[in-house]
Amino acid sequence: MNAVETRGIKKYFGSGETRVEALRETDFEARFGELTLVVGPSGSGKTTLLSVVAGLLDHDEGALHVLDSDMGALSNAERLRFRRQNVGFLFQQYNLLPALTAVENVAVPLIANGIPRKRAEERAAALLETVGLGTRMAALPSELSGGQQQRVALARALVHEPKLVICDEPTAALDHKTGDAVMNLLAKHALNPDRAVVVVTHDTRVLQFGDRIAYMDDGRIVQTEERAAVAEVS
Amino acid sequence: MRFIAIRMLTADRSKYLGLIFAIAFCTFLLQNQTSIFAGILKRTGSQIADITDASVWVMDPKTEYFEQTKALKDTDLLRIRGVDGVAWAVRLFKGNPVAKTESGKYAVSIMIGIDDATLIGAPRKMLLGRWEDLRRPDSVIVDRAGYRLLYPGEPERLGRSIELNDHRVSIVGISDAAAPFLSFPVMHARYSEAVQFQGQERKQLSYVIAKPLPGITPEELCRRIERATALRARTTDQFRWDCIRYYLRNTGIPVNFGITIFIALVVGTVVAGQTFYLFTIDNLRQFGTLKAIGVADRTLVGMILLQGFMAGAIGFSIGTGMEVTFVEIFLRKLATRGLIVLWQNVAITAGCILFVVVVASWLSIRRVLRLEAAEVFRA
Repeated sequence: MNAVETRGIKKYFGSGETRVEALRETDFEARFGELTLVVGPSGSGKTTLLSVVAGLLDHDEGALHVLDSDMGALSNAERLRFRRQNVGFLFQQYNLLPALTAVENVAVPLIANGIPRKRAEERAAALLETVGLGTRMAALPSELSGGQQQRVALARALVHEPKLVICDEPTAALDHKTGDAVMNLLAKHALNPDRAVVVVTHDTRVLQFGDRIAYMDDGRIVQTEERAAVAEVS
Repeated sequence: MRFIAIRMLTADRSKYLGLIFAIAFCTFLLQNQTSIFAGILKRTGSQIADITDASVWVMDPKTEYFEQTKALKDTDLLRIRGVDGVAWAVRLFKGNPVAKTESGKYAVSIMIGIDDATLIGAPRKMLLGRWEDLRRPDSVIVDRAGYRLLYPGEPERLGRSIELNDHRVSIVGISDAAAPFLSFPVMHARYSEAVQFQGQERKQLSYVIAKPLPGITPEELCRRIERATALRARTTDQFRWDCIRYYLRNTGIPVNFGITIFIALVVGTVVAGQTFYLFTIDNLRQFGTLKAIGVADRTLVGMILLQGFMAGAIGFSIGTGMEVTFVEIFLRKLATRGLIVLWQNVAITAGCILFVVVVASWLSIRRVLRLEAAEVFRA
């Protein structure tokens, strides 16, 4: 079973003469136990695909199954709950809440899932230890380096043990070494047989971490490569 | 999620303080203007409220407020005393003679002439001397503010002479009369002497003040007096409100204060509302992140309302504190004594601030609810 499976999905923005077709009958798969990379030029529809897969945007046509749920059949409330419980996000700009400390930021998805703050922060602290930020738990995002902030964001994406982790350009703002560290943590997470990681990226340095690479252009997946081919590419 | 909302609100100190003080100054301005307004209107009936012995005032049917007196006939007093239910009724004179001191300082005053025999209507709050001393010939009691107006910078001393319409009288007491609408000295004298201070007129009986027998309400007695005498009879409260309504209808006070209050409300709404709305806009990315993570819209609405109400409550409390400090300071000054903060002032201001908070929160909530969670992927 695939973690994510789209069949012929379409997504439009605007209407009438100004209507833009961002996704054109896109077929895409992301498997459990794998890290799937989505690469392609700017404007090719990668972020739109990511938003649709994550349930942040509605698709207009086609079938979308995520973690065996038909996303088109879910109500807004169900989709919200689905996202809260099953999806972790890692953003290019980290999107940490500047008023919260590192440990509080990591605890947010747990608190959103109804876990008491104290317990949530205990789990968040344990995860921050594993990403090497045990000594920076009380630091505000403004007191952390870019790499540290992305590791906090990564801990936040993983803290509620989501089955699907969605990452948008997670290494774009990081140096090579920090980027590799973040990708290693993501790849490790993806090794779990009931988890999947989807990463949208421009960064050719991270291709080596992908189990599969989906190439996107003009709103379609134009080519997909499996791990063996990925090794050659990287 | 409450702690996150509070942290988001207070994280940027300068914006947070800007928001709090915008609401605080709006609160202060609203409470201050409504309090001054209420204080001025309260002054219009000060002399009525000061006479605590009587509960019914009888006057010429055309009299609309305290300052406007058309004298009654002396026989009216007897007619009123004859009305069933009157426990007692006595004369009261109100005039505005010019008072002159030995040094030549003079001021128009409010002269209250009280019943010679009973001294009903005498000032009960005395600061110096005794009201019973009005029984002495050629004696007056002056209120403290009036004394300071006539004798600026001089110590309060009894026995000083004042000239009233060529009559030399002696100050036998200093009272704590409520501040009148105009800052004139308030003087009390016996009726028979007070009418002399004003200058001779054919009729000089300004008011008759009365008290009902036990078991009869002032309102009922007023009805009986009006039926029996064709004069106008009002309870103390009714007469005070008559004065307030007269000033509201016939002066520019309500318009002037209304404009100031309206401007305070508009400026307060715009400044506080805009500050709060901009605060939300600045935090839009954070709200978007929370939306993406799966925080429900109603939780986000709760967070924004918490932020709005917290800022509103703190700003309102600070503003009220500023107003109380203002009143405490100016209450001690003679010219501004009588300034009051009624619970209605506080309630009206609280209502206005609530309105500001609701409008600002509503605008912010609309913006956040319309926000596409997918926006968070935009760099």
